[in-house]
Amino acid sequence: MSYAAGSNYLNHEKGLWSWLTTLDHKRIGIMYMISVFTFFFIGGVFAMLMRLELFDPGPLFAAQTYNQMMTYHGAIMTFMVIIPGIPAFIGNFTLPLLIGAKDVAFPRVNLLSWYCLMVGAAISFATLFFAGVDTGWTFYTPYSIQTSGTVLMVLGAFVMGFSSILTGLNFIVTVHKLRAPGMTFFRMPLMVWALYSTAVIQVLATPVLAITLLLLAFEKMFGVGIFDPNLGGDPVMFQHFFWFYSHPAVYIMILPAMGIISELITTFSRKTIFGYRAIAFSSIGIAAVSFFVWGHHMFVSGQSSFAGIIFSFITMLVGVPTAIKTFNWVATMYRGSIQLKSPMLYALGFLFLFTIGGVTGIMLATLAADVHFHDTYFVVAHFHYVMVGGTLMAIMGGVYYWLPKMFGKMYNEFGAQLSFLFIFCGFNITFFPQFLLGSAGMPRRYHEYLPEFTSLNKISSIGAWTIGFGFLIALAVIIHCILKGEKAPQNPWGGKTLEWTHADSPPIHENFATTPVVEAGPYEYGR
Amino acid sequence: MIKKLSAFTSILFTSASAFAEYGMPQAGNNYASRVDSLYYFLLIASLISCILVIGGMIFFVFKYRRKSEFDQTPYISHNNTLEFLWSFIPFVIFMIVFVWGFLLFREAETAPKNAFEIHVYGRQWAWDFAYKSGKTTTNELVVPAGRPVKLIMTSKDVLHSFFIPALRIKQDVIPGRYTSLWFEAEKKGEYQVFCTEYCGAEHSGMLAKMKVLSNEKFEEWLSDDPMKEYEGLSLAARGEKVVSKKACTACHNFNADVNGAIAPGLKNLIGKKRNFADGSSMIADREYIRESLKYPQKKVVAAYDGKAAMPLIPLNEDEITWIIEYIKSDKD
Repeated sequence: MSYAAGSNYLNHEKGLWSWLTTLDHKRIGIMYMISVFTFFFIGGVFAMLMRLELFDPGPLFAAQTYNQMMTYHGAIMTFMVIIPGIPAFIGNFTLPLLIGAKDVAFPRVNLLSWYCLMVGAAISFATLFFAGVDTGWTFYTPYSIQTSGTVLMVLGAFVMGFSSILTGLNFIVTVHKLRAPGMTFFRMPLMVWALYSTAVIQVLATPVLAITLLLLAFEKMFGVGIFDPNLGGDPVMFQHFFWFYSHPAVYIMILPAMGIISELITTFSRKTIFGYRAIAFSSIGIAAVSFFVWGHHMFVSGQSSFAGIIFSFITMLVGVPTAIKTFNWVATMYRGSIQLKSPMLYALGFLFLFTIGGVTGIMLATLAADVHFHDTYFVVAHFHYVMVGGTLMAIMGGVYYWLPKMFGKMYNEFGAQLSFLFIFCGFNITFFPQFLLGSAGMPRRYHEYLPEFTSLNKISSIGAWTIGFGFLIALAVIIHCILKGEKAPQNPWGGKTLEWTHADSPPIHENFATTPVVEAGPYEYGR
Repeated sequence: MIKKLSAFTSILFTSASAFAEYGMPQAGNNYASRVDSLYYFLLIASLISCILVIGGMIFFVFKYRRKSEFDQTPYISHNNTLEFLWSFIPFVIFMIVFVWGFLLFREAETAPKNAFEIHVYGRQWAWDFAYKSGKTTTNELVVPAGRPVKLIMTSKDVLHSFFIPALRIKQDVIPGRYTSLWFEAEKKGEYQVFCTEYCGAEHSGMLAKMKVLSNEKFEEWLSDDPMKEYEGLSLAARGEKVVSKKACTACHNFNADVNGAIAPGLKNLIGKKRNFADGSSMIADREYIRESLKYPQKKVVAAYDGKAAMPLIPLNEDEITWIIEYIKSDKD
């Protein structure tokens, strides 16, 4: 197939219908981008309102209203933003480009994944118009069995789970079958390794969540005794099932983020990655071990103490490959030629925040310390440092990095850096005080709190609004880029991976005019 | 530059001292201080790692800033010694904190045989305590200093979690089974207890106080005549005391004729028409209140069907009479 000059995937076909029925991984990626950003905005509004409530110790909203906001914030941000954020959105756009393929292995299934996410999200949002859900995003039994609205919400999460499973399956096959000639496994960009490891977790872990949520719905609708002690069930078993998915899910969130960081750090240091194999195998190692640490969410849940000890030990082991990656990234910068463009700022922001998230993770893995910190704001601070400071920073870095490729236009560098400043500073102002609140003993999921926690909560709220403002700037920068950005060259950053060296900005419908042939590793700087 | 830097550090120090009061809460016993030692070890090790990683990163950013578009970088693919070291050293540190945390955890999990046992019931949204002498309290745990105490806990409805920050201990409280917690309080005084497992609307109101008394004072308290605190009070005033002690007020409003989000208001209840979830209705009277106290699920007010169910709260005949008198009394 030959292409007219100036033809690309954006103008290849026209009209809304051509988007809604597209099989092009790049267009599906853009549709994910729009949906994920929309969900992020909604989840963010809930967060802002929560911090408004927590600005003062007394109540502003009714208790139930606050609890619902807390639930929707958590559920939206995990199931609709952070989980699909990198694999489904950035991964969809970049994976075939990174390995020199025309598309993913199953384009129709890829479109189906997007529709699953949309239908699941619609079902979840529908609960807002009925009773609303106030169980927290974890749906712990038996409280979740007693409240109305749970079944619908759980059904939404169930359908969204299929989106994740199908994307994972698609990516595994794509990586195995569609690599360009010459691209051996060890010539794949590290982003591909990360997406691959993530896909394995998505395929293996998500069905467990689906089954658990179905059991919960069965119990609620038909009175089958599984988790409800009144029916002879065991509420703690729900936690085991839930975390058997949700802990690996944490790595669905962070592994692809690590992939993006590997790309950003080499490109903007213009230097080959330090310890390619160590980073690649760390991804696989983390994915494998991630299945055996779920019990560290349950040290005080009433599970056996012996199990707690085993889980603590294995959790420590996950720390090792994570530490390796971090050291390798810093080592990559050594004697590099570092350019501080926005994507690199986000990569550095990631390293900064993820390191703090990581060391506090070790504190929480330590049994006696966790007993004190469990279910306090210390945990809230820790996972925001990992999920927001890690994953969201990587998403933003990845968005700025690949925007020129996605739309063929450059964003405004000053605006992007300004928004980074607000987000990064705001983030630390919001969440660092929460470590202190947590160690002082303030429990999480409290809509009112004791007066001694007031000043730190005020600081935290101000920080949250700073982050919100930063993201509004980012939104303006991205919209401005898409509408009015200057034309981007094929390779604005001097990247060495195929999407920069062989594909136009934006790429043509089938990505590459001629299939690239790969003869070397992905980061051959200085050779 | 130096002036700016010193101004900056002084700001840093003032904010650091402002934050100092928010560290771990004052340790209530020896175990808590030993958990704190572990915590400080973790904190220092974390600080050092953060300084190495973040400091190294910032140093490289300044040292190796891009000077021109034609910068050449060396090709350094890996270094086995270095990579071994930065895998092995963290591993050793992780193992140290694992064993340290495990040893303390085991100690906190194993109650001595001679521990003084107290039963704890969690319910939405209050803590009930029952002593072997028959004494019961709500939201007030009284314990002797210097004696091991074991809490045997269960829940009447959903999951709760019993958390005493000063003692660095916490345990989920689960319906349908027992969990336990033990400690030996050392310093007399009053300590905060939180519920740390989300349990519904008023989760953040599920607070209790732990009072540590000297052993003699505790024995005295334990054998106290339970009627003593009601002496000289009218029946309605006694009822007011009971509803606050039993934490009825966590859900019900006794002072206004408004229905709350969780439970109906109870002012001027007698003589008022009540509609129930099963479609029936009645004029509320003494007998209705009595029945609702004894069998909370028998007549559920229509608007509250499917909301948090009222648990059975142990009350004796006197207390029931006092509560009815209190509801009847004019409270304006």
